[in-house]
Amino acid sequence: MPFAWFVALRYLRDAKGQTALILAAVSVGVSVIVFLSALITGLQASLIEKTLGSQPHVTVRVPREAPRALVEPSAETAIARNVQATSQRLRSIDQWPLVMADLERVAGVTAVAPLVTGAGFALRADAKLPIAVRGIDAERFLSILDVRRSLVAGRYDVAGGNVLVASTLATDLGVATGDKIRITTTEGVDDTVTVAGVFTLGNEAVDSTWVLTSLRHAQSLYALPGGATSLELKVADVFEAERVAEEAHDRSGLDAQSWMKRNAELLAGLSAQSGSKAVIQFFVVVAVALGIASVLIVSVVQKSREIGILRAVGTAPRRVLAVFLIQGGVLGLLGSIVGSAFGALLSKLFESMARDPNGAPKFPIELDLSLFAATAALATGVGLLAAVIPARRAARLDPARAIRNG
Amino acid sequence: MADAAGRPLLRVEAAVKEYGERVKTVALAGVTVSLRAGEFAALVGPSGSGKSTLLNLVGLLDRPTSGRIWLGDTETTALDESGLTAVRARMLGFVFQFHHLLPAFTALENVMLPEWGDTGFASQALRRRAAELLRAVGLADRMSYRTTDLSGGQQQRVAVARALVRRPPLVLADEPTGNLDTESSVEVLELMRRFNRELGTTFLVVTHDPRIANACDRVVELVDGRVQSDHQNDAPR
Repeated sequence: MPFAWFVALRYLRDAKGQTALILAAVSVGVSVIVFLSALITGLQASLIEKTLGSQPHVTVRVPREAPRALVEPSAETAIARNVQATSQRLRSIDQWPLVMADLERVAGVTAVAPLVTGAGFALRADAKLPIAVRGIDAERFLSILDVRRSLVAGRYDVAGGNVLVASTLATDLGVATGDKIRITTTEGVDDTVTVAGVFTLGNEAVDSTWVLTSLRHAQSLYALPGGATSLELKVADVFEAERVAEEAHDRSGLDAQSWMKRNAELLAGLSAQSGSKAVIQFFVVVAVALGIASVLIVSVVQKSREIGILRAVGTAPRRVLAVFLIQGGVLGLLGSIVGSAFGALLSKLFESMARDPNGAPKFPIELDLSLFAATAALATGVGLLAAVIPARRAARLDPARAIRNG
Repeated sequence: MADAAGRPLLRVEAAVKEYGERVKTVALAGVTVSLRAGEFAALVGPSGSGKSTLLNLVGLLDRPTSGRIWLGDTETTALDESGLTAVRARMLGFVFQFHHLLPAFTALENVMLPEWGDTGFASQALRRRAAELLRAVGLADRMSYRTTDLSGGQQQRVAVARALVRRPPLVLADEPTGNLDTESSVEVLELMRRFNRELGTTFLVVTHDPRIANACDRVVELVDGRVQSDHQNDAPR
C-alpha cells in the first residue's frame, strides 16, 4: 500500500472516537441532503405528473379575432377612434390535417391530436349543468391523455352516439354507464347520447365538466363540418414544451400555448422550492466541511511531533500533505456512503408513513443512483477541500521545531 | 580527518546560529569541525553549550545564521526544503533522546519509515532489510509489536535500526542513552559500535554521559557555542 494511504488509514483507525464522531456528523449531513433531494424531486415530479394528467403539453388554436382599422392615422389626418373588442366565435383551423402533419415533424413532438371543443349544457331530469364538450379522434387522443387508464366505469368508446362523462359530472347528473343524456350546445344544436364510460382525471374543473365524444359528432354539434378547433401536442421532455410551442407558432402562425405558460405559478413555486433546497444543502455542505476541517486541524496539532519525526527521517512534505488530504477524502466518502444509506432509509420510512387514504404515498420519494453518486462525489470533494488547510499546515511544519515543541 | 578521497564526510565551517529577532541569543558562535568516514565521535559539553543546535544544523533540521555545512560533496546551506529532504534521506540517520518512534506503527513499520516515507512504497527488499536489522538489534520476536508495548531499551534499539535502514553514511544520535538505565545504555552503545565496525557507518553522538564519551574514538567539547577541545581517545572503552 502506498505510504500516504497507509499512514492516513492508520491515523483514522487509531483515533477511533474522533473518526466515529466526524463520520457520524458527515453521515447526518449527507442523509439530510439525500432525504431532501429525494423528497423534493419526488414531490415535484408528482406535482407535474398530476398537472399534466388532465392537460396536453401544448395546445394549438386559431388566433383570437381582433378588430382591424380600415384607415390609419397619418401626419395630416388625426382619427378620433373608439375601438370595440371583437366577439369570438368558434372557428376551425384552416386545413388542419396539413398543419397537423407539419407539427408532427417538430423535434420533440411525440403525438398530435385534433379536437373540436365547445361549451354547452347537459340535461337529465331536473339537472341542467354546464359542460365542456371535447370531440376527439379516439385513437390519437389516447397518446395525449390516457383516458382509458382513467376510466372508473364502462369502456373507452366515443363512436356512434356514445360519450364518456367525467366522474363528478356523472354524479351530479346522476348517470351511470348505459344511461342517456341530452346535450345542448352553444350553437343551439340538441342531441341525445349514451354514456359509455365514466372517467376521472384528478382535476376538479375537468372532472365536473368534461364530456368526450367523437370528433365527427362534435363537428356536427358545433356546425363545423370537417373542422378542428384545436390541435393538442404531446412532447418527449415536458420541460421542452415551451420551446415546442414557440416553434409550432412559428411554423403554423397559430396560437400555441404550453402547459408551462398555463401553469406559470406552479413552475415559479417549483423553482422557489428548488432554490430553498439548494440553500439548505449549501449550508449543510458548509457545516460538513467545517466539521472535517476542524477535526483534521486538531489532528495536525496533536500529531505535530510525529509529523516532525516523519519529516526528519526523510518523508517529503508532499507525502505529509497527501496523508491529511486522504484522511479528508476518506472521511467524506465513508460519511457519504453511510449517510446515503441512512437518507434512503429515512426517505422510505417517511414515504411509508405519510399516505393518502387510498394507500398511495402522499410524498412520493425518488431515489436514483445518480443522486447517490453525486452526493458521494460532493462529500469526497468537500472532504478533500476541507483537508487542504490542515494538510498544508502539516506539510509546512518545521521538523526541528515540531520535534522540540511537539 | 578525511575519507579515502581526501574529503571529509562532514565539514562544518564557521557555523553561527542565533535565535530571536530583537534580542539575539547566540547558540553557536562560529563552530568549525569535520568528521571523516568511519569515525565514532562524541559531542559533549554542558547544557546550553550548543550541542543540540549543532546536531540540528548537521541534521539539516535547521539552518545556520551564517557559515557553511558540507555533507559529502554537497554544500547544504544553499539547498531549498526539498533539496534538504533529499540529502537528509540519502545521507543521514537519526537517533533521538526520546526514541521518537511513531506510536501508531509497529516496530517493523517504524524501521521501514525512512525509505518508505521517501519513496512512497514499501518494497519486499526494504521489508527484508528492516527485519534483518531488527534481528540484529535483538528484537526478532518483537517486530509486529506496537512501539508503545516495548521497553525503553527496546524502543531505543528500534530507533537505532530505523536510523540504519537506508545504510546512511552518517548517523546523528542525540543523547541516545539519556533516558535509559545503565544496562540498556550499554546495550545501545554496543549496538552502535558494532554497526560502526561492521558497516563502516560514521556516528556523531551527543552525550552528557562521560562513560559514553569515553567509549568513543574522538571527543569534541563545546562550551558557550564554541569548540573548547577536540581530541582522540587513545583507548576507547
